[in-house]
Amino acid sequence: MSATAGERGGDPHELGHDDTVPISERGPAPKRIVVAYGFWIFLLSDFILFSGFFAAYFVLSGATAGGPGGRDLFDLPLVATETIFLLLSSFACGMAGIATMARNKLWFQVAMGATGLLGAGFLALELSEFAQLISAGHGPQRSAFLSAFFALVGCHGLHVLLGLVWLTTMMAQVWAKGFRDDILRRITCFALFWHALDIIWVALFTSVYLLGTVR
Amino acid sequence: MSMLFGKLGWESIPLNEPIPIIASGVVALAILGLLGWVWRAGHFPYLWREWITSVDHKRIGVMYCLLAAVMLLRGFSDAILMRSQQAIAYGNPGYLPPDHYDQVFSAHGTIMIFFVAMPFMIGLMNFAVPLQLGIRDVAFPTLNSVSFWLTASGALLINISLLVGEFAKTGWVVYPPLSELRFSPGVGVDYYLWAIQISGAGTLLTGVNFVTTILKIRAAGMGYSRMPMFCWTALATNLLIVAAFPILTATLGMLTLDRYLGFHFFTNELGGNAMMFVNMFWAWGHPEVYILILPAFGIFSEVASTFSGKPLFGYRSMIIATMAICLLSFIVWLHHFFTMGAGADVNGFFGVTTMIIAVPTGVKVFNWLFTIYGGRVRFATPMLWAIGFMVTFVIGGMTGVLLAVPPADFLLHNSLFLVAHFHNVIIGGVLFGAFAGLTYWWPKAFGFTLDETWGKRAFWLWISGFYVAFMPLYILGLMGMTRRLSHYDVPGWQPWLIAAAVGVVLIAGGIACQIVMITVSIRRRHDLRDAGGDPWDGRTLEWITTSPPPPYNFAVLPDVTGQEAYWGVKAAARDDQKLSALPDYAAIAMPRNTPTGVVSAFFASLMGFALIWHIWWLVLLGFVGAWATFVLFAWRDDDAYEVAADDLAAHDRDRRAGKAALLGLDDGVPA
Amino acid sequence: MRCVWLAAALALTGCAGGVLDPQGPVGAGERQVLLNALVIMLGIVVPTILATFAFAWWFRAGNARAEHKPDWSYSGRLELLVWSVPALVVIFLGGIAWIGSHDLDPYKPLPASTAPLRVQVVALDWKWLFIYPDQGVASVNRLVVPAGTPVAFSITSATVMNSFFVPQLGGQIYAMAGMETRLHLQADRPGRYRGLSAHYSGKGFPGMRFMVDAVPPRQFAGWLAATRQQGMALDRSAYLALTRDSENVAPYGYRAVAPGLFAAVVRDSGTTTAKRAIQGRGP
Repeated sequence: MSATAGERGGDPHELGHDDTVPISERGPAPKRIVVAYGFWIFLLSDFILFSGFFAAYFVLSGATAGGPGGRDLFDLPLVATETIFLLLSSFACGMAGIATMARNKLWFQVAMGATGLLGAGFLALELSEFAQLISAGHGPQRSAFLSAFFALVGCHGLHVLLGLVWLTTMMAQVWAKGFRDDILRRITCFALFWHALDIIWVALFTSVYLLGTVR
Repeated sequence: MSMLFGKLGWESIPLNEPIPIIASGVVALAILGLLGWVWRAGHFPYLWREWITSVDHKRIGVMYCLLAAVMLLRGFSDAILMRSQQAIAYGNPGYLPPDHYDQVFSAHGTIMIFFVAMPFMIGLMNFAVPLQLGIRDVAFPTLNSVSFWLTASGALLINISLLVGEFAKTGWVVYPPLSELRFSPGVGVDYYLWAIQISGAGTLLTGVNFVTTILKIRAAGMGYSRMPMFCWTALATNLLIVAAFPILTATLGMLTLDRYLGFHFFTNELGGNAMMFVNMFWAWGHPEVYILILPAFGIFSEVASTFSGKPLFGYRSMIIATMAICLLSFIVWLHHFFTMGAGADVNGFFGVTTMIIAVPTGVKVFNWLFTIYGGRVRFATPMLWAIGFMVTFVIGGMTGVLLAVPPADFLLHNSLFLVAHFHNVIIGGVLFGAFAGLTYWWPKAFGFTLDETWGKRAFWLWISGFYVAFMPLYILGLMGMTRRLSHYDVPGWQPWLIAAAVGVVLIAGGIACQIVMITVSIRRRHDLRDAGGDPWDGRTLEWITTSPPPPYNFAVLPDVTGQEAYWGVKAAARDDQKLSALPDYAAIAMPRNTPTGVVSAFFASLMGFALIWHIWWLVLLGFVGAWATFVLFAWRDDDAYEVAADDLAAHDRDRRAGKAALLGLDDGVPA
Repeated sequence: MRCVWLAAALALTGCAGGVLDPQGPVGAGERQVLLNALVIMLGIVVPTILATFAFAWWFRAGNARAEHKPDWSYSGRLELLVWSVPALVVIFLGGIAWIGSHDLDPYKPLPASTAPLRVQVVALDWKWLFIYPDQGVASVNRLVVPAGTPVAFSITSATVMNSFFVPQLGGQIYAMAGMETRLHLQADRPGRYRGLSAHYSGKGFPGMRFMVDAVPPRQFAGWLAATRQQGMALDRSAYLALTRDSENVAPYGYRAVAPGLFAAVVRDSGTTTAKRAIQGRGP
């Protein structure tokens, strides 16, 4: 080994002050950065997964097979309420982030609890919309359009559900273990995930529900 | 259908079909025998502690390669069945009924792509990339173990399909509507779907892991323009995995919804659109081709440069070419179905974009050529594979460009010409690359080189077997023979098919030689020992450490000052006639091994099997089990162990002694 | 060596009735494009292979006479060459591909003095149905066409995907349920040519082949007359019977065809069978 590693290889924190070394040559990034970066890469792949479902929806949006189209089915006030729930939930998640920075366990639990309840409310509204459609005979088996609609919205709903499982796990972890370094990193990842679901919902609300009722 | 066992019953086991029963019986006996021996000999605790639960990238890499090698034997058995069937099935049904033959070719394709080529490449990346980057492990070591075991779980499901139920009879591309419930009511397609989804999740996580590793964790000084070529191609491959695999997940998810819940994405009925599947499948499928071949390009770059004793020619050009291929691979997918009737403009466009990929690929070939030029070429086994690759791959590339010309493709699409083309690039490119990498990095992994005599025998049998097996298929394609025929009635085809079967015998000889090579090398490991850790006069950082490397790879992380990090160090040591100054050793923390990967994959396998057979309670159990495993993992307080500075210093002293001996220097370290 | 191999391939495939032995203008045009592209690429591939062998041999470790340049890794001039040679070849080939795609577009009618014969093709499990809408007859697994007259095919499937392919007449096109694809072919000389499905379609796939009989126009008229005299009419019930699974079906004809049958098959995406057969392929 060239053995001069001690000078600048071991501790990247000190290297931040050295402007002569290009950023790409400053050695391994700290764990906090690495974890968030990796989770971003994962989220990008998740966006691509959704783009597959979006693409399928746009291809099949006209394939109603004689059945109802988006304009006949979508209940905008209900979906707008869903949207408000989800956006508020993200706000609460942001509050949990602030509580984390302040290392305040109580407010963290309150904010996360609110995040979870609002998320669950969103999910309940979505399920009631699904139940209404299915009971009216407009389930996913009715046409390719409805298949694509249920799959796209359902895929988002499934992500919210998994997010809720994760959320409760994080609450339990903070309660049992406190703000340990690895738990802090996980909280960051969870917040990224929860906000990403918002971004996807905004795209979904606009392109499926709004455009679907206009057309 | 019962609550307890879903669709599963005694009739699911094909007792009336001797071939799968005997094959799976033999395999099951072999596995049981091996497990029994391991247990009785007391090796199990060692295997569990040091390998199964390992989060060490090197061990995970070795296990990936082992999985690939085992599955290669399985996939090759399918190849033997197909070639022998077609060699005799002129004017008669042969010995495999269509029902069986159709499963064989579907399993062959699925296994060779997903469970041989991919794990081989991912295994070699796992092993070599962190070493070449001069770091201690990948970004997420436990996740890496999860990835591996999920891949193994998918492979397990595919092998279970041999005995319980059936495999898909649709070809490995599972085009609907053939793969829809109406035309494939059995569990075969479900085995395919869940095996690929589970192993695909593992692959995606590998992609995330390696992109993060390569972009965020490199030794100090290891800038982008100093990374070894293999790291660059690994980066490109993993970017492609992250960008392409979710498309496959979504597409197969839709097919799953069609089959399980009566959706209509790709059905003939109620507005479904099967061509959407074909488009989306290849939007993943073409990048997948480069996911496989780019790491092989990286291996050949390393091998050509090392065994020519020269730096890689046109390093920057190679990087540009790699990244160009990476991007272009997303805009060529339609060339897999010019015959859909999309129109001249669309076909012309995709034909031209496909050809454009030939430019960076051609650049690579020329650069390897100029890497050899002016060198001192040593014909060790890895270099033989590299030269065999260069010759074989340009032929495969040429036939690929032929298929990219739409009017020519109208004649050759789905013919044996196509089959010959992609075997030409996958065997001649990916598999030769894997074998080159295997022989190149074996001494690093195990501390002894592989026997050259048997390695060379294996090479010559493989390459001659390849030409004898696949050149006839080009001819048969030109004769109008289409793929996936279990029997035929054209007399002119049979002689060529017999020739192809002979080729398979030669390849079988090659595989036998490889098995002998490994056995002989293990026996002679003391003669073949790699004491200095640098058996090929290497140029990159993996050769700076010992063979095998310690779990932490480097006592002190290297400081990189130039393009060929280790070559520079060696040159400096030769010039100064001494090794570099002793570094300061500081204690380091390494991640502990954990059974998280294997346990969560166990639950994933249960869940997959339960989904295939509609055993809903077991699906739930599998999911909860996998989730609970992760929660338990997250609950650990103590996830790292410390390596003391003295231990690091002691190990490094031995390493330096080895290097000094290798370079003929006085190591200058007091005993 | 590769040229010898190619010549041998040409000779052998020539007798066997493959794509290198075309019997019509489309097949001939496509073969020409294939060979042009092949020859251009051989011009670069053969020297590359030879150079690989030559370089590897000459620069072998034991050869003291070979120039040794242990640090040589960059040359701007060579880089230019290395990028421009494949680029130029690809520009040339890309032109061939683009022009060829348009000239040999399967949807483009063939130039001819006579009006084309219209044939509607339906892929079934596992046989081919050929409907002659203007003549009012149909035939299974046997396609009779007049030599020297262009044939305009409309192709669909009443089942899974297939590909309609007559290697000696020219390239294939997919048969897909709910979609109608088109193809124009012509046989220049009378003869019997092999036709097949070039896309795997399940259990009976190997038997999904048919004969193409290109006959002199007068004989074609005779065949039409003979077909009209015998056999069943292809009405709805006969069509439903035809959609049942069957393998290795011997060719036969229908004396009449219900008008609009092909359009109905396309419209229904082959679902007349689906309604009866949701679980499993057969009825």
